[in-house]
Amino acid sequence: MTRDELRATLLRCLSRIAPEVDVDSIAPAVRLRDQVDLDSVDWLNFLVAVHAELGVDIPDADAARLPTLDSLLDYCGARLGVS
Amino acid sequence: MIAFRLPSLGADMDKGTLLEWRVGPGDSVKKGDIVAVVDTTKAAIDVECWHDGTVEALLVEPGVEIPVGTVMAVLREAGETSEQVRAQIDALRAEPVPAAVATVAAGVPSATPPAAAPERRAVSPAARKRAAELRVELERVAGTGPGGAVTLVDVESAAATPQPPPAAPRRAEAMRETIAAAMAHSKREIPHYYLANDVPLAAATAWIAARNATRSVTERLLLAPLLLQAVARALQKYPEFNGFYRDGRFAAAAEVHVGVAIALRGGGLVAPALRDVLHKDLDTVNRELLDLVARTRAGTLRASELSDPTITVTSLGDQGVRTVFPIIYPPQVAIVGFGRVSDRPWAVDGGVQALPVVTASVAADHRVSDGHRGALFLAAVGDGLQRPDELAKGQS
Repeated sequence: MTRDELRATLLRCLSRIAPEVDVDSIAPAVRLRDQVDLDSVDWLNFLVAVHAELGVDIPDADAARLPTLDSLLDYCGARLGVS
Repeated sequence: MIAFRLPSLGADMDKGTLLEWRVGPGDSVKKGDIVAVVDTTKAAIDVECWHDGTVEALLVEPGVEIPVGTVMAVLREAGETSEQVRAQIDALRAEPVPAAVATVAAGVPSATPPAAAPERRAVSPAARKRAAELRVELERVAGTGPGGAVTLVDVESAAATPQPPPAAPRRAEAMRETIAAAMAHSKREIPHYYLANDVPLAAATAWIAARNATRSVTERLLLAPLLLQAVARALQKYPEFNGFYRDGRFAAAAEVHVGVAIALRGGGLVAPALRDVLHKDLDTVNRELLDLVARTRAGTLRASELSDPTITVTSLGDQGVRTVFPIIYPPQVAIVGFGRVSDRPWAVDGGVQALPVVTASVAADHRVSDGHRGALFLAAVGDGLQRPDELAKGQS
């Protein structure tokens, strides 16, 4: 998997939770929850979707430190060995 | 003979439009089966049947708008013959239907795409089981397994993909009118009083963090279920906040069905019930809450979830507000609000610490209770949250 494919997968998970979002407009370095209307239930459902799609189980303590698309990409990329 | 009627869809919805039948004449149905999909101003709703029986006749055509209470179908009970039931249908058809209801013309948007022609497909047993749990129609799932077989992942991604929203502008307008009517009724009829109280959540958040540290994301606990349990337990001591005010008098409810206010994407609000919260443990409430929110936003609510919340809880904390001043959903008599959980200075043993704190508020009906009892109720909610271990266990 390439980083671009990983990005596409994460955005697909996001658009399942928030189908109204134009994923191309997501700024990678800005907090996702500042760009997308996500409450705590949505956020957890997003993490569950990431786990189902990628097999990456993001611990609670780590999830709080992954507010942006870039940080999620780095984290999942490292776990999956994607450069 | 069983007359299957359109059930109540909550206080603010008195009619619905039949979108489709999920059963046909001759089908046997069991208590709890989904038999029809009915569109309301807020969402398409799955309607369950509450009797075992065999479908004798369907009396309503898809596309027709009907008031709550209309006989939609007739079922045969065990031991009855078609002839016995048929003889009674004409009498049912002759029942007067409230005048305000008109038949909706063709072009009613369907929230559910028509099912594809049935064909034999390979479906893994795990996928079939999961599809039944998630109530995903296998015909609509694209298979990615060997030879196009439907796999567990296919079912779960199909379940997570929301159905296209039906006719957005018209729905949005109708939903706004529905909410306006219910809230105007509430503000006109119900003498509200409002109370609020700050509740330290150090114990609750630490308790949840400790559990989540070792849990997979699929079992992770949110704070909200603990808040719901705290409200449910407090209602046991203060039953005058749990029930319905109808025809000039209050009737306390025997069980606690907590309506959860859920904002819909694109605007609007639905408050379906998490049923019998008192007798469920925290993991069950957590799982059901996640499911309820996902299904609400995907438009797959069940009629029973809309019909009978005995109190409502609204949590606007994620939007960053400190205090909620909620409006009661008639005929309920109370609504509890939770604001944002944030670190605030809090006096502990003569010193000041930064602790996570939430402001809990209640709006209640003065025809049923007074501020004194409301204050005790709200204090009981706060007390419960200091003992998360007790809240986590369902009562037997």
